[in-house]
Amino acid sequence: MKKSVFLGALTVAGLAAGVAGAATLDDVKARGTLNCGVSTGLTGFSYPDANGEWQGFDVGFCRAVAAAVLGDASAVEFVPTTGKTRFTALASGEIDVLARNTTWTFSRDVDLKFTFVGVNYYDGQGFMIPKELGVSSAKELDGATVCIQTGTTTELNLADYFRVNNISYEPVPIETNAEAQQQFLAGACDVYTTDASGLAATRATFENPGDYAVLPEIISKEPLGPLVRHGDDEWGDVVRWTLNALIAAEEYGVTSANVADLASAPTDNPEVNRLLGTEGELGAMLGLEADFAVDAISAGGNYGELFEKNIGENTPIGLARGLNAQYTDGGLLYSPPFR
Amino acid sequence: MSNTHADTVLYVRDTMLEQQAPPSSTVGPVGWAKDNLFSGWLNTALTVLSSLFIAYLLYRLIPWFVSPTWDGSSLSNCREILDGHEGACWGVIRDRWQQLLFGFYPPELYWRPILTLVLLLVALAPVLYTDYVTPKLLYFSAAFPFLMPWLLWGGTVWMPLMAAAGFAIGFAVFTLVSRLLNAGISISVAAAVAVLWWVLLAAPVANGIASVLPLALEPVASRDFGGFMLSITIGVTAIGCSLPIGIVLALGRRSDLPLVKILCVGFIEFIRGVPLITLLFVASVLLNIFLPPGTNFDIILRVMIMVTLFASAYMAEVIRGGLAALPKGQYEAADALGLDYWKAQRLIIMPQALKISIPGIVSTFIGVFKDTTLVSIIGLIDPLGLANGIRADTAWNGIYWELFIFIGAVFFIFCFSMSRYSMYLERKLQTGHR
Repeated sequence: MKKSVFLGALTVAGLAAGVAGAATLDDVKARGTLNCGVSTGLTGFSYPDANGEWQGFDVGFCRAVAAAVLGDASAVEFVPTTGKTRFTALASGEIDVLARNTTWTFSRDVDLKFTFVGVNYYDGQGFMIPKELGVSSAKELDGATVCIQTGTTTELNLADYFRVNNISYEPVPIETNAEAQQQFLAGACDVYTTDASGLAATRATFENPGDYAVLPEIISKEPLGPLVRHGDDEWGDVVRWTLNALIAAEEYGVTSANVADLASAPTDNPEVNRLLGTEGELGAMLGLEADFAVDAISAGGNYGELFEKNIGENTPIGLARGLNAQYTDGGLLYSPPFR
Repeated sequence: MSNTHADTVLYVRDTMLEQQAPPSSTVGPVGWAKDNLFSGWLNTALTVLSSLFIAYLLYRLIPWFVSPTWDGSSLSNCREILDGHEGACWGVIRDRWQQLLFGFYPPELYWRPILTLVLLLVALAPVLYTDYVTPKLLYFSAAFPFLMPWLLWGGTVWMPLMAAAGFAIGFAVFTLVSRLLNAGISISVAAAVAVLWWVLLAAPVANGIASVLPLALEPVASRDFGGFMLSITIGVTAIGCSLPIGIVLALGRRSDLPLVKILCVGFIEFIRGVPLITLLFVASVLLNIFLPPGTNFDIILRVMIMVTLFASAYMAEVIRGGLAALPKGQYEAADALGLDYWKAQRLIIMPQALKISIPGIVSTFIGVFKDTTLVSIIGLIDPLGLANGIRADTAWNGIYWELFIFIGAVFFIFCFSMSRYSMYLERKLQTGHR
């Protein structure tokens, strides 16, 4: 009997199929919401809070893009994606942008036909050990049992690292981060390896975090960034320059607190003026309002504010800026000029 | 004569002895324990050992369960409350139970899924408890499949009404055509007309009426469905649709018409040969690519269709088992009575075959309901997917057992009730053949 309902919905689907094929930016504007792919749950990066609102660092970026394009930071549909569905969701047009701690690699960029618009978090694979193991460097881990998520790049990185250093290890395959935490705490493995941000988040949940240490070696490059479909450069530019605006805003000291003041009248700094649209026509070139960056920054703050609010040193996760500091502070964040 | 024995026997008792109570060691709890637990030295030893084991388990588990952390606001807060003792952190359940039950459904609209569940029970009552409930309620059961989507998804009331109208139109066409042509052709014509109505006319007509008389509930997007509400919605749909489809497939597989038989065998064997998770990936990933870009074919609908197809194939085989178990004489008796195929199935074959298949049918139902948790792999937020999301909140990161125990307990309630109902039904339908 319910078949009729299916068929009814099929009909609606068939009618909706008529409108398709326009550029993503026009689609988003016409729809009035941004479909943003996020993780179903990754500490600090994306998670639903008790009211069902999505929170986190990647989520904050989605809101900034929505604010830049639509002028409304809440005009986002968050589409939870898993590691297995994320790329097809983007390729099929179910989402407009994927902000799901996805590592920028050659094959994903070239072969899977996506465009990474930049890097919003420089991660890398690290090791966590119980302090009582008495190990101070990953090179001393000869013969250790290692908890590792199967089927990930971490597994390959680990094999490479131990082979290069000519030491042996015994893998304990696990499926999820939650399982890994239990196994590691139960002593099923000496070492737990995953991305350094994940290690910090995991360690923060332990009853005695002080008993565990993260080794100094970072054995891989994991630049995580938002990505869009290949071939729609106008949309790619919008997302890229939203990210750059957040990074540049931190560099120039534009925060969510003072952005309204700075944007109300041209300031002495022409770079800030161009960024905030009080001078020049940068927004119009993107097909957006002149004050798109003002909206993006007001949504959740500049890059530094997003970082501090979600994963920074004052949060339970407590990540230091490290590589994710501005280039002026010895990090890798470097926005091209707004000119 | 009565005094005959008086001469030969010294004493004859002329009344019955009072019945004595059995020895206290053989009745009541003591007797039961003696019979079942301490009937020999081996059983005694096993009893003592298992009691010690159970006592040890309870000794370890009860302090963990009875933990004063209901008001805990985060894992670290729970640890402060517990102050070094082992204990569960139930604060996560207090904080998130509504989310685990309703997903992201707007809280002010919670009455809609709750009402749907209550109405579901009402709609099931005349089917499940034929002895106690008036059959008139069956009309409501027939309307429920159209009411449910409207309550859950909201939107205009005319769309489900127009979908229901398709059946009415089909039936009307069938009655008209069957006066002129034979039944097989009129069924096909009626089905074709109904499908045409659904595909071409239903939506425009519904929109047309809606623009004149807008009777609508606030729409809720599929993306906001989650938690147990999602599991139950998918599970109930799959269970409700798979039984009739399964019956048709089972009959088709035993049919003498080669085309029908080949189609049914092909469908059943294909679906049973593919894991459910593969079908779910097809629903979430492949269909996305094959459908024209911009098509908004609801993901939950896709998943429901796939789970229903999956369950139907298994159901067909369970029912075919029941059909095969019927003695040939039953079929021959139906033929001898001069019943046509459908009447024979309805009056003689199916009631018996379904009765035999009850345990298999119910285990398929339970299996389907539990399989709905697989949708977390394709990014739908079912209870397990939600548990992952809740753990990603820094406040609750590191909590496992509390969430899984809650989810497991709710699943147990549903599955155990289904299983108890099937036992009741078997007892009720027991006609004493063995």
